[in-house]
Amino acid sequence: MTSVVATNQTILVVGGGISGMTAALEAAETGKRVVLVEKNPWLGGRTAQLYRYFPKMCHPTCGLEINLRRLKANPNIQVLTLAEVTGISGSKGDYTVSVKLTPRYVNENCTACGECAKAVTTEIPDAFNYSLGKVKAAYLPHSMAYPQRYVIDRAILGTPEAEAARAACKYGAIDLEQKEEVVSLKAGAIVWATGWKPYDAEKITPYRYGEFPNVITNVEFERLADPHGPTGGRILRPSDGREAKNVAFIQCAGSRDENHLRHCSRFCCMASLKQTHYVQEKYGDEGKSTIYYIDIRAIDRFEDFYHKVKANPNVTFIKSKVARISQDKDGNPVCWGVNTEGYKRYANTHDLVVLAIGMEPSVKGVDIPAEVMADSSGFIMADPANAGIFGAGCATNALDVNRAVQSATAAALRAIQVVNKVARAEA
Amino acid sequence: MSEKKHAAYICSGCGLGERLNFAALESVAKKEGKMQVVRTHPFLCSQEGVAMIQADIDNEGVTHAAICACSRRAKTDAFNFPTTAISRGNLREGVIWVRPDTEEARETTQEMAEDYVRMACAEVKAMAQPAGNPNTGMNKTLLVVGGGVSGMTAALEASRAGYKVVLVEKTGALGGWAAKLHKRVPTREPFKAPEDNGVADLVASIEADANIKVYLNSTIARTAGAPGRFKVDIAMESGPTVTEDIGAIVQATGFSLYDANKLPHLGYGKTPHVVDQAGLEALARAANGGVIKRADGKEVRSVVFVQCAGQRDASGEHLPYCSGYCCNTSIKQAMYFKDANPGVDTVVLFTDLRTPGNGEDFYRSAQNKGVIFSKGVVSEVVPNGNGCTVKFHDLILEDRNAQIEADLVVLATGVVPNSGVNIDAVAAAPAEAAEGAEAAAPVVEEKPISILNLDYRQGPDVPQFKWGFTDSHFICFPYETRRTAIYTAGPVRRPMDIAQAMEDATGAAMKAIQAMENAGLGRAAHPRSGDLSFPTARLEGCTQCKRCTVECPFGAIDEDEKRYPLFNESRCRRCGTCMGACPVRVISFENYSVNTVGAQIKAVNIPDEFSEKPRILILACENDAYPALDMAAMNGNHYSAFVRAIPVRCLGSVNTIWITDALNSGYDGVMLMGCKHGEEYQCHFVKGSELGRYRMSKVYDTLKGMNLESERVLDVEVAITDIDTLPRKINEYAAKIQEIGMSPFKGF
Repeated sequence: MTSVVATNQTILVVGGGISGMTAALEAAETGKRVVLVEKNPWLGGRTAQLYRYFPKMCHPTCGLEINLRRLKANPNIQVLTLAEVTGISGSKGDYTVSVKLTPRYVNENCTACGECAKAVTTEIPDAFNYSLGKVKAAYLPHSMAYPQRYVIDRAILGTPEAEAARAACKYGAIDLEQKEEVVSLKAGAIVWATGWKPYDAEKITPYRYGEFPNVITNVEFERLADPHGPTGGRILRPSDGREAKNVAFIQCAGSRDENHLRHCSRFCCMASLKQTHYVQEKYGDEGKSTIYYIDIRAIDRFEDFYHKVKANPNVTFIKSKVARISQDKDGNPVCWGVNTEGYKRYANTHDLVVLAIGMEPSVKGVDIPAEVMADSSGFIMADPANAGIFGAGCATNALDVNRAVQSATAAALRAIQVVNKVARAEA
Repeated sequence: MSEKKHAAYICSGCGLGERLNFAALESVAKKEGKMQVVRTHPFLCSQEGVAMIQADIDNEGVTHAAICACSRRAKTDAFNFPTTAISRGNLREGVIWVRPDTEEARETTQEMAEDYVRMACAEVKAMAQPAGNPNTGMNKTLLVVGGGVSGMTAALEASRAGYKVVLVEKTGALGGWAAKLHKRVPTREPFKAPEDNGVADLVASIEADANIKVYLNSTIARTAGAPGRFKVDIAMESGPTVTEDIGAIVQATGFSLYDANKLPHLGYGKTPHVVDQAGLEALARAANGGVIKRADGKEVRSVVFVQCAGQRDASGEHLPYCSGYCCNTSIKQAMYFKDANPGVDTVVLFTDLRTPGNGEDFYRSAQNKGVIFSKGVVSEVVPNGNGCTVKFHDLILEDRNAQIEADLVVLATGVVPNSGVNIDAVAAAPAEAAEGAEAAAPVVEEKPISILNLDYRQGPDVPQFKWGFTDSHFICFPYETRRTAIYTAGPVRRPMDIAQAMEDATGAAMKAIQAMENAGLGRAAHPRSGDLSFPTARLEGCTQCKRCTVECPFGAIDEDEKRYPLFNESRCRRCGTCMGACPVRVISFENYSVNTVGAQIKAVNIPDEFSEKPRILILACENDAYPALDMAAMNGNHYSAFVRAIPVRCLGSVNTIWITDALNSGYDGVMLMGCKHGEEYQCHFVKGSELGRYRMSKVYDTLKGMNLESERVLDVEVAITDIDTLPRKINEYAAKIQEIGMSPFKGF
């Protein structure tokens, strides 16, 4: 049975992406007890799945390393992975939370030596790489995974392969008898930082995502550019593995659209501008990018990043919402529409189309098992009447990383205000 | 005090036992490492393995342990002995995982492992377990500078967490720019109409809060001290100066509007019928919901909003950035007109309309109210009879000579941060003056007035990053400034709207509270949060060269009255740049010093020059390069057995003595692995890698003096993702060293 040390002065943080990690660390580094709950077997969330950040073109794993070091050094945080909050009862300063723990089938004896993976042949879709590749059914989710511990996938449970993996482990780390459990814990305040998910691209039917293999999303494109990704960092198109040198980026794919997401997802313009750098980085002047946009929202200090991309002769900007995509006989996607600057029709053939998919909350406010106020898109809203549950990061708004961290830092203080009050009452 | 006892624990798990000769490793630890206790365990990170170490600590009095197993990044939960000095010999990721398991590789792989055992033993012997900075201050009152929405929010949020606050505002009233707004952009669903500016509620909350002491008409005359023990002199316009004891500071000094007088081509100053956004707010407040009239009393029937006036300017003449909020503000202002009289013509001329997030609902609402949005670039606004003509390039109709008549034109001019003195520019100025002739030329540029008047060796204000904003430009850590326990919030940090500023101020209050708490406990702030080590200097050896005080990226070091460096431990971030800078090597940390690294360098066994086994020292940034090496190993990428890698806190902490010592003792090459520097720097100590590199550029003179090839020292810029390229670079360098030949310094 997993034991959790928590009281009504503990802060529960739900979600172990950059927002949740930030909220947990800021609170813990102020001396508060924190329980951090993450549904994946690893921490880091979607930022860990990005190749580079805008505007500095630096690597998210660099910041993740710092956050993991902070976490490893801090005795105030208990991390629960493969864990999901299933129920919240009580009130501000005195919540009781049930957390469902899904078995990893690997215990803390694991040294990440990798012998179990060698004993297994079954492969499963690689979730870390948005299923663009495969991993063994005994796997370390990625090189920076924390806890640094393998996972045995359910797919091989009860098969001889699972037994082979167990036999290969010299450290008794594989425990196939692990069962799902539900733990109950106390918390004074809760930070809800469950982040975002890419809008379901298949719903934008004219773009034929899911049907045309060379129409992919911006989050998938990150994995193609990353040396840790399924192609080792080469931008290859899914249909035939050919190098994709002529890449189209379609902005507002789902966003700013009353049929899909009403809001502007904020990060996607900068993300596409950044991704034109990937095309340039891999293919030099042979790499051509075209951005189809309504407005380029390179907000506040990001303007100079936009200026630099605009100055690149290998990047073309077309003010247009692409009407539809077709596919030619060679599997090349063709974008159809009208350039509103001068009202010119176009039908442009590309090697690969990247949909700048918008952001919606992973767990909508209305789905949280407690009274939390959400806007009509499902983002958590600040609620003066609500007492002890606070949204953080992209669970509250469509934010970029910088602003998600800002939001999470603020949420940490709101949670501290509650537990400090509890502490004062009990003193 | 108590006696030291050294132990080495060597793990034979994870294939180490099969790949390495353990009798030899143990013997190295005993005989060369001089470890009093040496134990091998087949599964050292197991409960039994950890219990074995713990038992030695408890029963055998072990105070220093060299754990020779996996990387220091792995199994940190298991190898956690808080009272014991611990070094980690990286035999797994550092040796067997980067070497082929072949007969011919066996000897060099074993040599590599033995060296890492020697190094771990040498390092731990040179370490002391840090006891914490004794020079702490326990003050936990927050100073907030600036009484606008950001400052008031920071004050209230800190108070709600139970902290006392001193709020200083230079004008006679709280509220800042927001108080001048007729209404603000909506912050709540349905995001369709302007809402109350919210200032009155904030002010009332402040006035009702017994934790918050407000100084109006006041400025900061002097800020001295350090986190937890700042002494802040507050100068009141009415005369007296009072001193407050402060723990941490939030600077929320906001912005000024970009001066529209710099935009005569847009008609400002030529006609009263061209106003900036603040001018329009004043007209709207005067109208108070009724029809909006111009300064001359004429009712406005048509209005044009010119977006990006003096902003997003690539020419260098005006602001290069976008102020972020102005599109929504113009939409809101267009609604002032439409809500009072739907018959008023309102046109917004923009190039990119920027209404992120739910601003999109606000934008749609304006379209529904009949506001016209047109994509175009305005070239000129000219007075025309009793109104103005706006000339623009209509980008949709491709009409270069488009024009509209309007009763009133509103320029969306954007913000300039009130960030005080740019200390980097001040520091650069004397050098320029020394160039000569132009020094005498009068500088017309208005000299900014300091905001904090920090009594710091390195200047009176928080360093700025770009265009006067104090943002550190970190993506992952947006609050970190280069002055510990001083955080900036709101538009002084980067352009932002009211909703973001309130969130930002809350986050800044969080960081400031955290900084006060940690300062009181003698612990470091981010990114080495919780670190109890701190730098000390043997002043009897100090030559007063001042390099440490100049180079410290965080302004932690002042000078005492005898001109010796005066460390303010709680301002220090523990990067070690001072230690790297010190030419006489008198600065050290308990657990990281010239000696802890130097001893490792000296511990490596240097084969003679006929062995054809060069030795290459790698000094690797522990946050990026070292993890990249680890992950290269995890991914099965092999590299040369001739390298010996030592993690360093930052390239900035690398003292050149390590390099000259290495070369003098017969190493054949040195690779320095650090983060990118410059404008897009990736160093988490901001300036560390840059300063380190600058220092290393001098090493080439030393090489010349030693008659050594310049290739013997190589500076490599490394990112954490370089898992393929880094092993390749190592191998290329090893090949290069073999090509230029062995060092002539072996055996001396």
